[in-house]
Amino acid sequence: MSARAEFLLRLADTSLILAQQLGAWVGHAPAIEEDLGLANVALDLLGQARLLLTYAGELEGRGRTEDALAFLRDPEEYRNLALAERPNGDFAQTIVRQFLLDAYQHELFGALTSSSDARLAAIAANAARETRYHVRYSGGWVVRLGDGTEDSHARVARALSALWPYTAELFDPDPLDESMAREGVAPPLADLEPGWRAAVGTVLSEARLELPPTAAYRWYGKRGEHGETLGHLLAEMQYLQRAYPGATW
Amino acid sequence: MSDVRWPLWEVFVRSRSGLEHRHVGSLHATDARMAVEHARDLYTRREEGVSLWVVRSSEITASDPAEADALFAPARDKVYRHPSFYDIPPEVKTL
Repeated sequence: MSARAEFLLRLADTSLILAQQLGAWVGHAPAIEEDLGLANVALDLLGQARLLLTYAGELEGRGRTEDALAFLRDPEEYRNLALAERPNGDFAQTIVRQFLLDAYQHELFGALTSSSDARLAAIAANAARETRYHVRYSGGWVVRLGDGTEDSHARVARALSALWPYTAELFDPDPLDESMAREGVAPPLADLEPGWRAAVGTVLSEARLELPPTAAYRWYGKRGEHGETLGHLLAEMQYLQRAYPGATW
Repeated sequence: MSDVRWPLWEVFVRSRSGLEHRHVGSLHATDARMAVEHARDLYTRREEGVSLWVVRSSEITASDPAEADALFAPARDKVYRHPSFYDIPPEVKTL
């Protein structure tokens, strides 16, 4: 697989895994309105993943479609950020995970609109518009929970300190990220950090939460290092296509 | 789903072609910002609108159905309030 196709998988898989995670809330959210709010975000993310996977499959040139890439890859072939596969946990954990990644995608897709790859730039332009709303939605919840009751504050603070270590990967480029930056396909990841930090910091202070200290350890989901939760998630997501290959509606 | 009881809000949407906001339904939300976001998610999924209003249902004062007769019946026999007693000059094309 070419470097660019591999890079597209990183973008696609993060959106795809998040979509699947949010989908699991439907029927379980605090209110039916929230079921729909989370599902709407999930559908945006799924749409992004489909466009990116299709493009990655075309670049690869082995005839793999979006479905083949989504449903027939094993966990170690997935390239999503480790943060995206952290379990849903309670509502606070889902919201904090979502907010940290929404703010990241907001910076990333914004920068990708000026990618030297015109097709990626067009996908990013669409995604950036959707992501603006996602940040607003999840950020609103972070403030509401952080500045809410004693219980909600404690839950959102706990989620933040549990998830924060996984944010180190977001801005830590490896050789693939660096080659994409050299070709002008993607921004240097380090360039995204100040904007992300400022946006996250603003919301956290409004939520009466502290920015945690920088992470001490690193986990690289984007290189295929995954925890056991991804296996369970994919088992559920891929079950039908694995059990009945090629099944359609 | 838990048993949370969030306040009820009424939602008004202005469509792309319309000038006025029209009542489209209601929803639950803890605050105004959440109400706007829920309204967006519930009532504009298919590009129904370009603007939203939300108002707490408890802020609405409604007329009493028992008083409907006293309030609305007196207008019934005052047909002269309808602008239908004028001769329209032929020059007026669009009225």
